[in-house]
Amino acid sequence: MNIVVCIKQVPDTAEVKINPETGTLVREGVPSIINPFDMHAIEAGINIKERIGGKVTVITMGPPQAETALRDALSMGADEAVLLSDSAFAGSDTWATSFTLSKAIEKIGADIIICGKQAIDGDTAQVGPETAEFLNIPHISYVRKIEDVSANSIRVQRLMDEGYDAVESSLPVLFTVVKELNEPRLPSLKGKMASKKAEIKKWGRPEIMADENDLGLKGSPTQVKNIFTPEARSGRKILEGKPEEQVEALIQELRGIKCL
Amino acid sequence: MPVIVNVDKCKGCEECLSSCPFDAIVMKEGKAVINEYCQVCMSCISVCPEGAIVETEKEAPEEGDLQRYKGIWIFAEQRGGKVSSVAYELLGIGRNLADDRKTELSAVLFGASEPEARELIRWGADKVYISKDQIFEGFNDEPYSQLLTSLIREHRPEIVLAGATPMGRSFIPRVAARLRTGLTADCTSLAVDKETGNLLQIRPAFGGNIMATILCPNNRPQMATVRPRVMKRGRYDEGRNGVIIDVNADGVSSRTKVLKTVKEVSDITVNLQEADIIVSGGRGLGDPGGFKLIEELAELLGGAVGSSRAAVDAGWIPYRHQVGQTGKTVCPRIYFACGISGAVQHLVGMQSSDIIIAINKNPEAPIFDVATYGIVGDLYEIIPLLIKRIKESKGIS
Repeated sequence: MNIVVCIKQVPDTAEVKINPETGTLVREGVPSIINPFDMHAIEAGINIKERIGGKVTVITMGPPQAETALRDALSMGADEAVLLSDSAFAGSDTWATSFTLSKAIEKIGADIIICGKQAIDGDTAQVGPETAEFLNIPHISYVRKIEDVSANSIRVQRLMDEGYDAVESSLPVLFTVVKELNEPRLPSLKGKMASKKAEIKKWGRPEIMADENDLGLKGSPTQVKNIFTPEARSGRKILEGKPEEQVEALIQELRGIKCL
Repeated sequence: MPVIVNVDKCKGCEECLSSCPFDAIVMKEGKAVINEYCQVCMSCISVCPEGAIVETEKEAPEEGDLQRYKGIWIFAEQRGGKVSSVAYELLGIGRNLADDRKTELSAVLFGASEPEARELIRWGADKVYISKDQIFEGFNDEPYSQLLTSLIREHRPEIVLAGATPMGRSFIPRVAARLRTGLTADCTSLAVDKETGNLLQIRPAFGGNIMATILCPNNRPQMATVRPRVMKRGRYDEGRNGVIIDVNADGVSSRTKVLKTVKEVSDITVNLQEADIIVSGGRGLGDPGGFKLIEELAELLGGAVGSSRAAVDAGWIPYRHQVGQTGKTVCPRIYFACGISGAVQHLVGMQSSDIIIAINKNPEAPIFDVATYGIVGDLYEIIPLLIKRIKESKGIS
């Protein structure tokens, strides 16, 4: 069983603050982490390998420093790692990212591909399904439980708005996972030692044999026009005075707009 | 790279480093270098005192190609034959966009019947493409994406919108991938740029810390998923006429199969999303007992109880009450934020409420930036007084 886990290195958005003067993100001192949902994807991959045998390959697309994320995944128990890094990949949106990943996955060869349901920096949840489409294989989103997995099929629970669906698929398949699926293991000391010495394959455009026009900014249909911080509402009223006066003012306002 | 640093001009002052929301600028040998993280947001260009950061030219689209795409489409999803409320919200925004573009609004409905299609027309659609094929009974990504892709190829709409629901966010990306076009996830605001005709797609990013405007200038259709409960429904017109077109789903197939569908909804979740009034509590409550007060006010107003993530993380109230980026998005008539500071992650989940009433000790709390009415004070003083006054005005002793 060839299992490929796609991961992304992201800034820990819980630590990100806004500079109130410039309206930009303060990234200083914000640690880079493996996208939290991808941790559950790595755990799922290793878990399937332990149940039915096989090999887990982790891949990521990013700048050279994303290698750290791959080594962390290796220390948890993944077998091999591929870093997709090339200036031709720069500025990729979800279309170009998924296309690039699909070319790499084709080269690796996979029966099961696992992604986190979304990355916490972009929050799009699009790269998994788009990658499946490029690979021309089925996918299942928001997997919260793996009920059964065999050499040619898988049965899972997919989280939906009002509950869950039990879904079965043939292999190869791509699925994206939610946090409820499992508890990611901590790396063992042995795993940590081994991951430091492990060889990480580095692939660029030549290795995945992709057309330049399908990659990076050139291959990206969407563009970021601008970025801003959410604006204050206009016409807000701060109700002043003693507590009794403040409450009275609020009651009057609510009556005025017929909300009481 | 369309944004580059002119190394001759760069003095290495590092001004640009903090301007970049993506950490894409690094210093190498005393000069700024833009790396692979660059998303071409242009933030750094104006910051550089030397004018050393410049945008290189991007190829212009072929006008004629884009103009062959006409009409606004919305995907109306259903579960168990019943159309989801997000479909009517999409018709609301879709109608506005269609009127701006002086074009038609069409809805696509798979797995439902004629009465549901007629309802979509009354809510603003001019046309409904409907497939009653049994393959759409359970939700499988492949048949949904295959048929929608082929309909878009045939009819060439300029804009396609779907709900940012588990279903929409799962299968719509396959359609965009196949059509080689852009897809913007989870939009909270949409408008047409009058000059270019491009759809301005606004969405939160970085866990809601910032908002981004996304364009899809050179490809059509422009596709977006839209967050439920953010857009307003349009006008319902009982007598509105439209065309219903039956679509053949022959040839679509699925390699996944839904074996069963299990409902696990709690009343509270439903309440939160449907509530007219929500009273939410946060870290400022100080302890779990504070929710007694929140509940009392909510009950008095016939509203639901919400909370910030901080209160959920502290174990004061279950997760299903959580409003915000990682909880529920709500859009009530009145939203009370009590002891909630207003982290952007919370704001993205409630800021489209009609009226926001913020009660907080800290006058600098960001919640006051989105509030309609703000009360700076101790919620343990204010809320009991408020409860007393509301009871009086309702004639309850």
